[in-house]
Amino acid sequence: MSEHVIAWKTYLWVWLALMALMAITAFLSTVDLGQWNTPVALAIGVVKALLVVFFFMHVRYESQKMIWAVVVAGVVWLFIMMGLTMTDMLTRTWTGVPGH
Amino acid sequence: MHGSTEVVAGHALEHHFADMGQQRAAATLGMWVFLITEVLFFGGMITAYLVYRVAFYDAWKVGSEHMEFWKGTINTVLLLCSSFTMVLAVWASQVGKKNLLVLFLCITMLFGIGFEAVKGVEYYNHFREGSVPGQFWHLDIEGADVPHVQLFFVIYFVITGFHALHLAIGIGILGVLAFQAWKGKFTPYYNNPIEITGLYWHFVDIVWIFLYPLLYLISRKHT
Repeated sequence: MSEHVIAWKTYLWVWLALMALMAITAFLSTVDLGQWNTPVALAIGVVKALLVVFFFMHVRYESQKMIWAVVVAGVVWLFIMMGLTMTDMLTRTWTGVPGH
Repeated sequence: MHGSTEVVAGHALEHHFADMGQQRAAATLGMWVFLITEVLFFGGMITAYLVYRVAFYDAWKVGSEHMEFWKGTINTVLLLCSSFTMVLAVWASQVGKKNLLVLFLCITMLFGIGFEAVKGVEYYNHFREGSVPGQFWHLDIEGADVPHVQLFFVIYFVITGFHALHLAIGIGILGVLAFQAWKGKFTPYYNNPIEITGLYWHFVDIVWIFLYPLLYLISRKHT
């Protein structure tokens, strides 16, 4: 009943990629990218999180379809809470309010 | 139902599961469902952080200047390394290398303890400089929007506090697992606890992967 075993070298490469991305994002925080500092830092964070989820948490190798459904559901609910809230917060000032 | 694999792993199969495969699938799915509730738990707090950052940007910038960049960076390195040794522990349990399993579990614990120690020093420095909201508050920021700088620190302490608590629970679980592994409880046929504790540990790492840029990086340059 042993599951699919992934070679430890795969994990080593993923870890090296994570460390490289961390060095890049730490360095970029010292560079003025104008309004792009926050989006770039968060995008690098998303890439790091995907590497952890797909390789360290074995989702890439997961044969149980229910796991995929649960992971996707989590991302969708998080988007509803965070994405829809921020689309409101970030666009409120785009148009004037009548009477003000 | 009682094939050769199940006989080998007989003592590890709980009676309400048909076979080891079903038991493994149930345990993994159960941990993932729990982690999704955790995604929304931390997601709610991070949403609050982002909403108030948009609403009180100047106060957030003042607060961010009191974050210690290098301690945050060192902690990121510690957690990424701990996730690597955690996944190596899972690998060691799958290939039946008992001593390596115990070793990797202990190294993972040490990385976690190192993170908590650095976090503790950070908290102590916040206490010393007076950036803990409440009766210990004595931060000298003339002209700043003090109530909302305090709000920044409230959210900072709540998020990082809950994250540190999750890590402390993870360290405790790893301690139990390391002891059980040393006693020879885990085999290539039975290692669910290692696998799903790994899932939990990686999740706590992912939370920090987002807290690191949000707290320590994005306000270093004015945007």
